[in-house]
Amino acid sequence: MSHVKMQGSIVVVGVGPAGIAAAWAAAEAGGDVLMVDNGAAAGGQIWRGGKALDRLSTKWLRRLERAKGIRRVGALVVSAEADRKLLLAETAEGGSVGVRYEKLILATGARERFLPFAGWTLPGVVGAGGLQALVKSGLDVRGKRVVLAGSGPLLLAVADLLREREATVVLIAEQARMAAIMRFGMKLASAPAKLIQAVVLKARLATVPYLTGCWVERAEGAERLKSVMLNQGGRRWRVECDYLGTGFGLIPNMELAGLLGCETGPGGVVVDARQRTSVEGVYCAGEAAGIGGVDKSLAEGEIAGWAAAGQEDTARALEGVRAKQLGFAAALGEAFGLREELKGLVTAETVVCRCEDVRMGALEGMEDWREAKLQTRCGMGRCQGRVCGGALEFLKGWTPAVVKPPVFPARVATMVAEDEV
Amino acid sequence: MDERFEIRIDGRTYEVERGTTVAAALLNAGVTRFHDAPGGEPRAPLCGMGICFECMVRINGEEGCLACQTVCRRGMEVVTR
Ligand SMILES: Cc1cc2nc3c(=O)[nH]c(=O)nc-3n(C[C@H](O)[C@H](O)[C@H](O)COP(=O)(O)OP(=O)(O)OC[C@H]3O[C@@H](n4cnc5c(N)ncnc54)[C@H](O)[C@@H]3O)c2cc1C
Ligand code: FES
Repeated sequence: MSHVKMQGSIVVVGVGPAGIAAAWAAAEAGGDVLMVDNGAAAGGQIWRGGKALDRLSTKWLRRLERAKGIRRVGALVVSAEADRKLLLAETAEGGSVGVRYEKLILATGARERFLPFAGWTLPGVVGAGGLQALVKSGLDVRGKRVVLAGSGPLLLAVADLLREREATVVLIAEQARMAAIMRFGMKLASAPAKLIQAVVLKARLATVPYLTGCWVERAEGAERLKSVMLNQGGRRWRVECDYLGTGFGLIPNMELAGLLGCETGPGGVVVDARQRTSVEGVYCAGEAAGIGGVDKSLAEGEIAGWAAAGQEDTARALEGVRAKQLGFAAALGEAFGLREELKGLVTAETVVCRCEDVRMGALEGMEDWREAKLQTRCGMGRCQGRVCGGALEFLKGWTPAVVKPPVFPARVATMVAEDEV
Repeated sequence: MDERFEIRIDGRTYEVERGTTVAAALLNAGVTRFHDAPGGEPRAPLCGMGICFECMVRINGEEGCLACQTVCRRGMEVVTR
């Protein structure tokens, strides 16, 4: 297997909005920038596939394209060492890449939070964002009946795409209360761009029922999903569907930051006003530093890029924008907070860890992740707790255990190559 | 850009559009069981973004490939379970 060595004075992990803004700013400041991302095209979760969607994405993708001094490598970072300022990555073809950096900007984004309920392992039950990703990569949903359930604005974005692709969105079940969402809507008024976005979405989705205080209690079917049982304030009813898209907000991807020894909190990697983490020379921007949407990711990315390249003043000038976005992020988190009733959907029989088929009953009486891992295989499968970690954080209040390298199952060749870098 | 070509899924031939991931192609072909859970239950894609490993299939003889992270290539041989 091939092993390639690369280096950059500023290395950016992630080519989503935060990474793009960071790389652009750092390059504008004259830095030698190397971007590492496992996705094939630039754009991250929102501009997936690198297809320009609106003015904002066109602007930033064009900036990235035209910037001088940015190199890119397509590889998944599987391991990192802060003392040697070294990343180890793996290409889709199985080659390994060692990357040395002087400054590192982590823009690793977020993933969906999944919560278990009866039947959530049935084929046909997909993440809401997962369904969006599948549709964008060729899944034909014409004429399919889809229920979207869970929490957060992502459900609306997914519904919009599904309708555009001629699926029948039967309904959207949002667990948050109407009152909380209304309060959030009022706060949006201070962020005009977002308000317009929300209004446009709502108008386009006018014919899709948006039920608040409502959730899926159970997914039903033998070999695949046939129907879901909904609950809204104690009223229960069954709806037939081909897909259930479900997601309960987003979780920051903090594994790499954790490996490097950066301080992390429940809301994301801990950063200061210049996006500096607790580890010297390592910055974090975007969803990885706290969920807040694309505008926050762009603002933080830019700040990190300028700051890493030593342009303190330019970074400081963006403080106001950043503060406004953090305000929006806080309001978002408050409006779509997860309600206690959702914990009741999990019984002793419900599978919590999908990789190893560990049921909730097996974790009874356990105090934390350490104990769970000692006594069961929970969180020890291929996804390394990425799915059950987010669920158990909510269900049991367990903070995810410290990650050990590799953060993704690495091929043996990559682990061997690490010693040779 | 609308190029179409054939791949094989569990021994049967299907036509796919260029750029389609293996996961999308399998779902379009009506496959619901991508692999089996340790307890034997059928499993299929959840996250669509390379995190959950529920879309694992055999591609061109290699076990454990993530269908959602692999783009279809002409003549590809995909085996589920
Ligand atoms: C499934 C999903 C769907 C979403 N859809 C929408 C939407 O439709 N509209 C919307 O407004 N917002 C959406 N969001 C929210 C979205 O996160 C933000 O709007 C925006 O994309 C955040 O930008 P970012 O740069 O912080 O992170 P991201 O866009 O997530 O970018 C992070 C990048 O880092 C890469 N990466 C992560 N770890 C590694 C590693 N170890 N090695 C190499 N590369 C790595 C990822 O591949 C990704 O490209 C979605 C989020 C998710 C999780
Ligand atoms: S669907 Fe989750 S890894 Fe492919």
